[in-house]
Amino acid sequence: MSEPRTLVRAGARLRLGRFRDLTLVPVIVVLLIAGSFVDPVFLTTGNLTNVLQQQSALALVVLAEALILIAGKFDLSLESTVGMAPAVAVMLVIPVSAGGFGLGIPSGLAIPLCLLIGAAIGAFNGFLIMRFQLSAFVVTLAMLIVVHGLQLGLTGGKSLFALPESFLYLGGATWLGLPAAVWITGLLFAAGIAALAYFRAGRALYAIGGNADAARAAGIRVDRVLWVVFIVGGTLAALAGVLETGRLGGISANQGVGWIFMVFAAAVIGGVSMDGGKGTILGALTGVLVIGLVENILTLKGVPGEWKQLVYGVIILVALMISRVAGGRAQD
Amino acid sequence: MTSTDLTVVEARGITKRFGPTVALDNAGIAIRAGETHALVGRNGAGKSTLVSILTGLQRPDLGEVRFAGEPAPPLADRDAWRRLVACVYQRSTIIPALTVAENLFINRQTEGRVINWRALRARARAVLDQYGLDIDAGAPAGTLGIEQRQLVEIARALSFGARFIILDEPTAQLDGPAIGRLFERMRALREQGVTMMFISHHLEEVYEICQTVTVFRDARHVLTRPVAELPHDALVAAMTGEAATAYQARKRQVRKRAPVVLAAHGLTLADRFRDVDLAVRAGEIVGLAGSGSSGKVGLAESLVGLRRPDAGTITINGVTPRPGDVPAALRAGVGFVPQDRHEQGFVPLLSIGENATMPIAHKLGRFGAISPSRRRARAAGMIETLDIKTTGPDQPVGDLSGGNAQKVVLARALADDPAALVVINPTAGVDIKAKRALLGSVEDAAARGAGAVLVSDELDDLRICDRVLVMFHGRVTKELPRGWSESELVAAMEGID
Repeated sequence: MSEPRTLVRAGARLRLGRFRDLTLVPVIVVLLIAGSFVDPVFLTTGNLTNVLQQQSALALVVLAEALILIAGKFDLSLESTVGMAPAVAVMLVIPVSAGGFGLGIPSGLAIPLCLLIGAAIGAFNGFLIMRFQLSAFVVTLAMLIVVHGLQLGLTGGKSLFALPESFLYLGGATWLGLPAAVWITGLLFAAGIAALAYFRAGRALYAIGGNADAARAAGIRVDRVLWVVFIVGGTLAALAGVLETGRLGGISANQGVGWIFMVFAAAVIGGVSMDGGKGTILGALTGVLVIGLVENILTLKGVPGEWKQLVYGVIILVALMISRVAGGRAQD
Repeated sequence: MTSTDLTVVEARGITKRFGPTVALDNAGIAIRAGETHALVGRNGAGKSTLVSILTGLQRPDLGEVRFAGEPAPPLADRDAWRRLVACVYQRSTIIPALTVAENLFINRQTEGRVINWRALRARARAVLDQYGLDIDAGAPAGTLGIEQRQLVEIARALSFGARFIILDEPTAQLDGPAIGRLFERMRALREQGVTMMFISHHLEEVYEICQTVTVFRDARHVLTRPVAELPHDALVAAMTGEAATAYQARKRQVRKRAPVVLAAHGLTLADRFRDVDLAVRAGEIVGLAGSGSSGKVGLAESLVGLRRPDAGTITINGVTPRPGDVPAALRAGVGFVPQDRHEQGFVPLLSIGENATMPIAHKLGRFGAISPSRRRARAAGMIETLDIKTTGPDQPVGDLSGGNAQKVVLARALADDPAALVVINPTAGVDIKAKRALLGSVEDAAARGAGAVLVSDELDDLRICDRVLVMFHGRVTKELPRGWSESELVAAMEGID
């Protein structure tokens, strides 16, 4: 009968499936080759390290969004957290003269406070979505505006430059030849990959995103897990804010603004499904790398800023089509 | 019960309310060790609620559940529940993106901290072997067919160590041979001493596989009897609350000279069906029978434009619509009831009126506008003709029971007084009364002069057909005139003769 045939086909698809995370690798290779033709500087260690450092903050937000998307939810407000969490944390520790609240809180607490603010935003998102059964899309869209509005109101729309030592250290330090930001992001991605591949808590995200009712029937505490995911997501976005602030040496009023489009683009071209339950953290990472390399090549090529957006968009579409053809599966 | 220690599970005096509706009213059930116990009742009788109470997903407002005489564990202790009762729910709880192995051990992938995938696959293979399932543990569950997914669910349910399993309408989505294989497994499990509660709308299945039957009606327990002591008519009467007879097909004479309203010539679709010829006259009902792989559903879907055949022509009411074009087929005068009403039949959030008048929206107003009052009027007419149980034409279809939702789908098919009607599995998952109303409406349409094609896995449904075409591996292999015997039809479907 048709039984053995089904088995063979399932087996073949599995082997393909193992590489589905890596469908962007050919794209990355093409970009590396193309980049080396564009400018000899491109393939130098210095330049590539630079790309990694520039993308590390965005990558952390992609990590956060990938976790949330795999669990079948949405968080648009992450981009506002990237600006607001460090801004408020810095204002809590610096004197009034530098634009702070002048509370006299020790500046060593700036980073913990920043992460706490991010976690609180995530917790509030989770509270609204789970307790009030609201749509994650709408809640976090409103929160995107609320959180950014809070930053604008508190800072008066001004940039902050009086940064605590700890922020500047993470922005500038080099550990074993690589920027600290790259180490932090790399370790967190490694942790994410391991958690989602080898731990029950991580696998629970796939179960919830794939079929929440089935997950509940299997004894997974769906609401609690989702809540934790939102909190982790907010915390990662706040950490991204710390790295970005340290790298740039200041917090402008629009830090993080507009990132969410790039974040979704990176996650989705990296194979994370918008419908939940599908994708891997490694895939999301390849998505970030594609975006980072494209940006770097455009800069080296000297493409005028006004045209960058267009080229970006087109390249994301092309990457999507390539990963669709290579992955052989409908994008969803 | 003769002796309590033989009672595996007992629910006593269960009352459960959801807002204003009483889902269960002082109802109960007692299931003895080793039996296969049927739970039957019309849609809304309270079967699903009882399942969620027996599996610990919901707490009864009143009453108690006991397992082997012991009180049930607290609701939060899912593991304790799963050691006592296993359940294969009506809606699949398989997660398609995950592998079979992970689905089997979901949320218990490992005893320790880190998941060892190799060990997990080995454990999964052991479980699959134990139940004799030839399924690749490493394959994504989404690549399995419905039957295999269900077997994985049964294996998973039993792997928790429960000796009592609830099967909630397991046969609803399976075709004949697959149901046969499922029953073989159920018999084997029973021989190993597994107790089962079996829910189905198909009473002949109850007679085939069960020893005891419990009937629920309107949230209440009506009776519990050994199957052997309860004749078919008495069982139907207990379910409906009235003396009932099976649907009686009407006598009908198809005029030899009646025009052909739906015809197909040399119709072929790769891997589905080959070289099919078909001619349906006005006033005639033609049945299509066959197993799941016979291509009957694919053929019916091609007739209405849902699929685009590779070769051959389709003529509807004298015109040849563009192949694979649903609007063109509708314009030519076809009405159809799709196979899966939830996916293709209706928009759950829209009202009955809107759903039922979708294909005739252009007739309800000019320049693309739709007159709400005319729509309401048309919908009210349909509700009356088809006897749809509803609060009114504005009620969303998603709120209706399965049978009534299916009536809306049929109403939509009939909305434009089609010359040709294509109906796929109209009675799947609907109760006896709704079944009668649905089949009656198809016969009414034929009496009005429509030609109908009826595809069904229910042999009884095909009794209303003037002739039945049997398909086997994509070809029409036999034509049976009215008055066929069941064994004759089944033999043809299995390709035995």
